[in-house]
Amino acid sequence: MQELVNLFVKSIFIENMIFAYFLGMCSYLAVSKTVKTAVGLGFAVIFVLAITLPVNWLLENFILKAGALDWLLGAEAAEGVDLSFLSFIMFIAVIASMVQLVEMIVERFAPALYNALGIFLPLIAVNCAILGGSLFMQERNFGNIGEATVYGVGSGVGWFLAIVAIAAIREKIRYSNVPAPLRGLGITFIITGLMGIAFMSFMGITL
Amino acid sequence: MKLVRNLLDSTKGLVEKDGKRNIFFPLWDALNTMAFVPGHTTHGGAHVRDAIDMKRTMVMVIFALIPALLFGAWNAGYQHYEVALGMESTLMDNFLYGMGKLLPLIIVTYAAGLAVEILFSWLRNHPVNEGFLVSGILIPLIMPMDIPLWMVAVSTIFAVLIGKEVFGGTGMNLLNPALTARAFAFFAYPQWISGDKVWVNTIAENGQGVVDGYSGATALGQLATTVGKGMNNPETQSVVNMFAADGQYSIANSFFGFIPGSIGETSALAILLGAAFLIYTGIGSWRIMVSMFLGGLSMGYIFNLFAVNEFMNVDPLHQLLIGGFMFGMVFMATDPVSAAQTNKGKWIYGFLCGFLGIMIRVFNPAYPEGIMLAILFMNVMAPLIDHYVVEGNIKKRLKRANA
Repeated sequence: MQELVNLFVKSIFIENMIFAYFLGMCSYLAVSKTVKTAVGLGFAVIFVLAITLPVNWLLENFILKAGALDWLLGAEAAEGVDLSFLSFIMFIAVIASMVQLVEMIVERFAPALYNALGIFLPLIAVNCAILGGSLFMQERNFGNIGEATVYGVGSGVGWFLAIVAIAAIREKIRYSNVPAPLRGLGITFIITGLMGIAFMSFMGITL
Repeated sequence: MKLVRNLLDSTKGLVEKDGKRNIFFPLWDALNTMAFVPGHTTHGGAHVRDAIDMKRTMVMVIFALIPALLFGAWNAGYQHYEVALGMESTLMDNFLYGMGKLLPLIIVTYAAGLAVEILFSWLRNHPVNEGFLVSGILIPLIMPMDIPLWMVAVSTIFAVLIGKEVFGGTGMNLLNPALTARAFAFFAYPQWISGDKVWVNTIAENGQGVVDGYSGATALGQLATTVGKGMNNPETQSVVNMFAADGQYSIANSFFGFIPGSIGETSALAILLGAAFLIYTGIGSWRIMVSMFLGGLSMGYIFNLFAVNEFMNVDPLHQLLIGGFMFGMVFMATDPVSAAQTNKGKWIYGFLCGFLGIMIRVFNPAYPEGIMLAILFMNVMAPLIDHYVVEGNIKKRLKRANA
């Protein structure tokens, strides 16, 4: 239990998708103009990460990894079978179908949000934070499906926190007299950097 | 005063738009509004009417800093002569020694920061910002005194340029500029700003070397060494003894400030005098100070309950008196621009500053200055807190209107 809590906190603050790995920057920069849309996209990312990570963990451990097919073919027949070269395409397929699902749900239950998110909702499918989550899961060899799920939810919450915080800041600086060349994306990059300094406080904490 | 007025009036023609020396207008304007309350008022946006303006507000903060500054200067000399070298020295010796260290820092900070400010006021055609008045004195107070001056200059320029001017100057910045400078120096030149050697000058004088067994470590530095050792380890016990009633970092010493540290941060008493002044004049937010104190205290108690090392086992009140907690609480977290703006938001913001500050300090021994980073982190989160407080208010009122 304690490991799960540690992993959760770690994936939110210490290994934040945005400030530690700079993953998922495109939608982070583009949809952070208002808090409302940022919250919507943030929840969508949490949802997709929380679903795709356990599914991909199952794929990884029961189909793709070397020796993962033992349960189906028996240890002798599965000898030397290693499908991990397929992992990219499998992970992407899972992510894309999950995003379709989210899109349908959002369109059905929150049409206003659906319109506000626009193209960025389908684009979650190619959001690097989502694929990044699955690849980190593969790299770290999580022992069970619980860890994978917790890691997915944690990374999503970290991403959510980052985009909502920057959206509030961008709403606030709308009244600022920012030098003309920096308005829009320029100042957003600078803010992201400064937020990165603030998040540095958690780096190096070992849980 | 009349002399100043005359001087300003007689030079006015020179610096005005079509005058010969109009390049100096920002400087002239800064002096003019500094010395006399200007007749013009702010335009645009909604404003509170008050007899006090930005410059007067900022000067009050500097007044509030004076006790900490004077005490810190004396303490720098005291730590150097009497504690580190074991020499006898008078009050004046100590004080002059500290001032000798502090003044160059202040001058360099002001020169570097004002250079950027004036450059921007030419380029962007706005008056020189008041905010730097305070930042320029806060930065020397939180830097180690022997840090090379060019590092101070670079950090200051970074803070003013990236931390403030790109957002449009005073009142628009996201992070506290003084803390931005400190954080920049901390991450860019770590060997100059953390460790045992930087807080007290131990260079021998008159052939008098450092006393045997002396370590210039701050209270937090000592505590950090106990992490990972058992609670009954003899080294741990010797650190614990330093925090006992007769030890080097006893609760009284930490309160009055006879401990190593940066110039401004050591004396809780001097800082509290400043706090009383800020609260009395209504410039510093008492909500933030009180809630941050409570936040730190409650985290301290939580650590006490689950203590697995001596760092977690420090008395909560004592925990707040060492390191930069008090200074951060009174002068950094209360920065009116980067803190939360709504009253309810201030409570949340302050509480989390204290809570996270103590947490980072204890969990992350590599960063003994958790307070600095916690305040920066909460600066980033403050707009979000405000957003939800305001939303909540709107919802509540709508409900009342519709009921």
